[in-house]
Amino acid sequence: MARMKFLCDADRCIECNACVTACKNEHEVPWGINRRRVVTINDGKPGERSISMACMHCTDAPCAAVCPVNCFYTTADAVVLHSKDLCIGCGYCFYACPFGAPQYPKVGNFGSRGKMDKCTYCAGGPEADGSKEEYEKYGANRLAEGKLPLCAEMCSTKSLLAGDGEIIAQIYKERVMKRGYGSGAWGWKTAYRETIES
Amino acid sequence: MASFGRFIRLAFGAWALLLLVTAVPASAQQVNPTASAVKEQQLLQELNRIQGRVSIPDQRSGVLEQPQGREWREFRNVTLPWIGGIAILGMTAAIVIFYLTVGMVRLEAGRSGRTIVRFNAFERFVHWLTATCFIVLAISGLNITFGRPLLLPLIGFEAFSEWSQWAKYAHNYLSFPFTIGVVLIFLMWIGGNIPSKVDIEWAKRGGGLIGHDHPPAYRFNGGQKMIYWIVVIGGGLVAASGYALMFPFYGTGIEGMQMAQIVHSIVAVLFVAAMIGHIYIGTIGMEGAFEAMGSGEVDVNWAREHHSLWLDEQKAQTGPNDGQPRPATAAAE
Repeated sequence: MARMKFLCDADRCIECNACVTACKNEHEVPWGINRRRVVTINDGKPGERSISMACMHCTDAPCAAVCPVNCFYTTADAVVLHSKDLCIGCGYCFYACPFGAPQYPKVGNFGSRGKMDKCTYCAGGPEADGSKEEYEKYGANRLAEGKLPLCAEMCSTKSLLAGDGEIIAQIYKERVMKRGYGSGAWGWKTAYRETIES
Repeated sequence: MASFGRFIRLAFGAWALLLLVTAVPASAQQVNPTASAVKEQQLLQELNRIQGRVSIPDQRSGVLEQPQGREWREFRNVTLPWIGGIAILGMTAAIVIFYLTVGMVRLEAGRSGRTIVRFNAFERFVHWLTATCFIVLAISGLNITFGRPLLLPLIGFEAFSEWSQWAKYAHNYLSFPFTIGVVLIFLMWIGGNIPSKVDIEWAKRGGGLIGHDHPPAYRFNGGQKMIYWIVVIGGGLVAASGYALMFPFYGTGIEGMQMAQIVHSIVAVLFVAAMIGHIYIGTIGMEGAFEAMGSGEVDVNWAREHHSLWLDEQKAQTGPNDGQPRPATAAAE
């Protein structure tokens, strides 16, 4: 089985937000929640970079480790998913996540928060693949259809890569070799405890 | 015509050559757009977090990366269970050993049959309001830390999640009456709980816990004053840190909430340990003590043995030959 990862090639990201829009539309993500967002660092200054970020589906995921009800599980493709039926909306995953991925539909409502929502790597949830229940709670399950996450598929500059970690790392390495520069795989060290040597 | 054509070709060739010669140094000089670009590791080392601008309305999502959640995870999964386990099990073990070796603190003079009012109805109401809230808050709170390893394997995912959901609601909503209770306790009993010289003497004699010693005390002895300040300060801290967690991003960011959770949980487990001691001494630990918060009236002999100076005060107010002691008035009502 593959070990699925995201890789954002910051030197190609043009902050077009197509990934953000694709995600919101594909999964009918509720208002106020963004499973993916593009962050621009040093905006307007020399050396500005934009990075598209969502749940990185960490190795030994912190969210899963701190969850008081153990609602997270890791699929055979190493995608970190959770059950909204088990989630109690306590907010612990959101304190532990290095990437700000977990979000709640009812922030500030006496702490009731509602069920946590985050990027599913377009892999749905514990319900039957492609079922109506799964779609309503987690959005589309593209992985079950043999497709990769839509954010990466729709990336206008092919900056955002999704797929097996080794393959996308290889693609990135080749790019860096060919063009002679690369600012690295953002978030990889934090998420996967490894970087891509270039 | 031919010479003109040759001239044109020559001129064009010379121009092309010139272009090439000037272009060579430019292309040989490697263009590296990342030379001045922001570097992830450098940014993380500087601030331990990376923040930027986002164009979506949720400005909080501008924080790209904050790996310090790892330290919080270590606290939540390893440090806290140890602190809580040692504090709560340690206190319970100490009490069991104390009870088995020393046993209940008896009324040495027996019961006189005459009682004196120690806590009026309002005081008892506030005490039990706070106490019942505390017990629910303690159980539902401990469930967050210890439920997953201890209870979940016993009852399964669905049942545990259902229970935890209700426990969380109870925890959030009972925090309000609990906080009111703590505030009322603070105001109502502050008068009798200012530490004084009597408490030093009381503490030196170990509170009379062992043997047949009865160090003098006013309305509240050194131990009760300790409980009072644990409730006021501990209760204040858990309330403040708890509300920071209940209302995310009102004045705190993620680090603030991690800190709030750390303060909340450490104070809470120590608070629970202290209250186990308080419950013990107020029930099976001391003969005649429960009545103070039960009916509100204690035996005069109990008052003489444990709160001699307070009894003298009460007697002075009511007169030496008054058989029916007047109800004690609350200190700060």
